[in-house]
Amino acid sequence: MPATIDLEDLGLDRGGHLLVERALRELPVGDELAVRGRDPALNVHLRAWARDQGHAFRDGSVVVRGSAPALRWAGAERAGGASPGEIVDHPGATWGVAARGALIETGGPSVHFDYQDRDLVWADLAPRLYAQAAANQWDPASAVDWDAEFTLPADVEAAVVQVMTYLVENEQVALIVPARFLGRIHPHFREVLQVLAVQAADEARHIEVFSKRAVLRGLPPGVSGAGGRASLSTLLEEPDFALASFLLSVLGEGTFLNLLAFLEVHAPDPISRRVTQLARQDESRHVAFGMAHLEHQGSLDPGLQARLRGAVERRHDVLMDTAGLNQGVFDALVLLAAGSWRPADIARGYHAVEELQQAMDEGRQRRLVRLGFPHDEAAALSALHTRNFM
Amino acid sequence: MTFTLGAVAYDPKVVTIWTGFRDWFLRHDFALDYLLYSHYERQVEDLLSGQIQAAWNSPLAWVRARRLAEARGASVRALAMRDTDRDLTSVVVVRTDSPLRSVADLSGKLVGVGAVDSPQARLLPLALLSDAGVEVNVRRFDVGVGLHGDHIGGERDAARALVAGQVDAACMIDGNHLLFTREGTLPSGGTRVIAQTRPFDHCNMTIGPAVDGETAERFGELLLGMSYADPELRQLFDLEGLTRWCDGRTTGYAPLEAAVDTFDFYDRHGQVHARDYRP
Repeated sequence: MPATIDLEDLGLDRGGHLLVERALRELPVGDELAVRGRDPALNVHLRAWARDQGHAFRDGSVVVRGSAPALRWAGAERAGGASPGEIVDHPGATWGVAARGALIETGGPSVHFDYQDRDLVWADLAPRLYAQAAANQWDPASAVDWDAEFTLPADVEAAVVQVMTYLVENEQVALIVPARFLGRIHPHFREVLQVLAVQAADEARHIEVFSKRAVLRGLPPGVSGAGGRASLSTLLEEPDFALASFLLSVLGEGTFLNLLAFLEVHAPDPISRRVTQLARQDESRHVAFGMAHLEHQGSLDPGLQARLRGAVERRHDVLMDTAGLNQGVFDALVLLAAGSWRPADIARGYHAVEELQQAMDEGRQRRLVRLGFPHDEAAALSALHTRNFM
Repeated sequence: MTFTLGAVAYDPKVVTIWTGFRDWFLRHDFALDYLLYSHYERQVEDLLSGQIQAAWNSPLAWVRARRLAEARGASVRALAMRDTDRDLTSVVVVRTDSPLRSVADLSGKLVGVGAVDSPQARLLPLALLSDAGVEVNVRRFDVGVGLHGDHIGGERDAARALVAGQVDAACMIDGNHLLFTREGTLPSGGTRVIAQTRPFDHCNMTIGPAVDGETAERFGELLLGMSYADPELRQLFDLEGLTRWCDGRTTGYAPLEAAVDTFDFYDRHGQVHARDYRP
């Protein structure tokens, strides 16, 4: 007596095959399933469906389970496990974009990703940083009171515009660099991709708010110096993930944390203070990921430090003959800290910018020491960092 | 010597399929190559002339190859077929709200069929009606003439004509009735099967008359040894629509042999007789 299933009025053209498949899964290969139902086309469709699926068909309504469905999954393997603790060191080339932990049917195309080794991209902190980032996304339209009232002297407004213009060009690079690596990393390391994706989205918002503040009072954007762009272009050209993370996130964005903190204090209007505050919160996450990844990789690769050192030195050599920070940006920072053109105020502003640069240097040295550099070498490398800050 | 197989390029995927199979055979020390044909008639003629050693033949091409070979005192062999080539049926369907209830009711009605050379959507279902003594008017949907019905377009057009009320009934293979209903060409529950043919067989791998037995055996062993568990082959099997190769059999072609005679498509010597057939 074969197993029996009754589809009632349900036809195979409306999902009846799901019930037949479910019933067949319970049977060993070669066993019979009698299919009953009231759909007038049931037997016509059942014959065609069974044939197509590799099952035998007899007596007008009996399906004999074939081996094809089981053969399809012969040799299938799990793509690691779902949780971050179950990622594998070297994901399979044919896993492609499959969900981590999914059962992978053998075959399919090999998809090449430049970064397929766990230790070249991973940081244990990545899942937590992504969760924080996802929870702390802010809406540029509502997070900033764009209608806040303030009045600035024309020179001070122009200084704000210049600083914002400078911030935008730096953030463009900070968007492009992680976005470029995003497509080169194996999706098995999902949380790393998520961190980079949010990082790019963060920068997109920063670009929006800095751009909006720049032109808020009707002035056109400020100037863009050749030296600054030369400095930023070296970041775009770095093809190695570890070195790019180091130059951009650890040294560049790390330095920017000080700059944004400076502007939170010295910016002359509430909107500028607010947008730099929002950006700084995001940037600190970017620095944290870069640090965590490099600490992870450094613990496994004794040669990493030498490569990091080489990257700083190479970049310094390339930029040696460029102007670095646009003079207009430097002057604008002094004026913002001074608040007026009175000599005493300018002196105070100049001193504040000097203190800013010293704080930037100290921050870089601290991070370099955390990455294992001796103090004297950290000081030397920090001094070679681009004068453009980023 | 390279063993050359003919296949008809009814779809671009044919290149993928036979290039994949060719690579597989080469890796198994069997020098296989393939020739693509734009229609079955030339392929069958080349099989008989020895230009190719094997032909991936439609059932109609098999009928012709067999007749041509016998007329010359030779023979061809159905070496293998797909599991999905066995025991197909074709159906004649009407709209559910049609007053037509039986095959006899179709007398004098307009029936939509596939291409002139489609076994499943013209020759076999019309033979079913003819055998029942029912004379109908036929509206043919000639898409992909020369492809022996491999191109689904004619059947689909006939199905559309049925829904549009342009024909009283339409002919199609059982699997396409399911497909057309699922994809919405036919409304679910909107058509009724009024007749179904007896089971018949479809394509086979035909071995030409001059091929030595040892070569044919080796080719057949390799073909039947292919497994759906092999991921590389599985992709090709899915494209070609099979889950395993079976031994060839010729018992399933009797209905088509009869239909070919009924409609005088080929004569007994394999010459093309069908009027309006220009592949």
